[in-house]
Amino acid sequence: MPSVIRSRMHRALFAVVLALTLGGAFAQEARPLADDPALEARVLGIAEHLRCLVCQNETIAASRADLANDLRDQIRAQLKEGRSEEQIKQYMVDRYGDFVLYTPPVRPTTWLLWAGPFVLLLAMLAWLAWLLRSRRHEAPAAPLGEAERARARALLGEAPEADPASPKPAKAGAPTADKTTAGQVSGGAR
Amino acid sequence: MKLRYVLPLVVFLVLVGFLAVGLQRDPREVPSPLVNKRAPEFSLPLLEDPAVQRTVAQMRGKVWVANFFASWCVPCLAEHPLVSELARSVTVVGINYKDKHEDATRWLARNGNSYAMVLVDREGKAGLDYGVYGVPESYVIDKEGVIRYKQIGPITPQALQEVLLPLLKKLDA
Repeated sequence: MPSVIRSRMHRALFAVVLALTLGGAFAQEARPLADDPALEARVLGIAEHLRCLVCQNETIAASRADLANDLRDQIRAQLKEGRSEEQIKQYMVDRYGDFVLYTPPVRPTTWLLWAGPFVLLLAMLAWLAWLLRSRRHEAPAAPLGEAERARARALLGEAPEADPASPKPAKAGAPTADKTTAGQVSGGAR
Repeated sequence: MKLRYVLPLVVFLVLVGFLAVGLQRDPREVPSPLVNKRAPEFSLPLLEDPAVQRTVAQMRGKVWVANFFASWCVPCLAEHPLVSELARSVTVVGINYKDKHEDATRWLARNGNSYAMVLVDREGKAGLDYGVYGVPESYVIDKEGVIRYKQIGPITPQALQEVLLPLLKKLDA
């Protein structure tokens, strides 16, 4: 048994035999593997670019829906007939519309779709440039007054300058001083 | 300066507008590219007599509705009385989609059969050509054999009264 499983040919044969004997649902699952793997890769390659219409955010390659099975069969059959990938995609579009394609075609009605993100990016960059330019023209923040300087020092926990009165007013005047500094800081940052 | 406060509001309202429209649409309804195109040709056997084949070409000169249904499809059962109502004013051809013969026969016997005829699409090949991606789906086909309307999902009383019947009246004239 191990030698049988190790051999690829035998494994494929084993799958075919199993599929034939079990039939029905199992055959549907096993068939893609049992057949030509190169063809199967091409089928999946095309199916990955097509949307399953039943479970709309899945590709036909990923979906287990009945319709996706049918469409994979259809792709397989058409590849065997020698049709090109383009022809097969056109076949799907003829029946289900552009929606079936994960990559919508570029045409006037889809220009916004394709260009939209880039237009938005450029608009944001332009806005940013404008913002940075206008900031450059802004006046620099006014230098701090002596009282503010002392208060900042108190807040930072540094030793007060040689001014014995400074700790007390800083505490008493806290609410008003708070407002002015906050306003100035934010104004300066803008 | 005022623009700075108004602009976000405008952006927000535009967004609300898009969402309001978007939410009222059904993302499952994929508009069919086949509307206003020639109905794909098929040759399908009758359910009652598989030896007899019927084609789209034979329907030429008549307004008709192709109704894809299946016994395993629950919404089909829901729309069935409306299909019967529709069948009073137009030729409705039932296309039994991916179904078993005995199941379909039993289903029709139990729920009533008002179809002008029932055709069998066992493999779903005709369904594929018509872009069926779920049953029920119905196609209104005019005298020239052109698809004029596709009903995706079950026929609702609203769709029957407001879309299908007026369209059929127009096509029949």
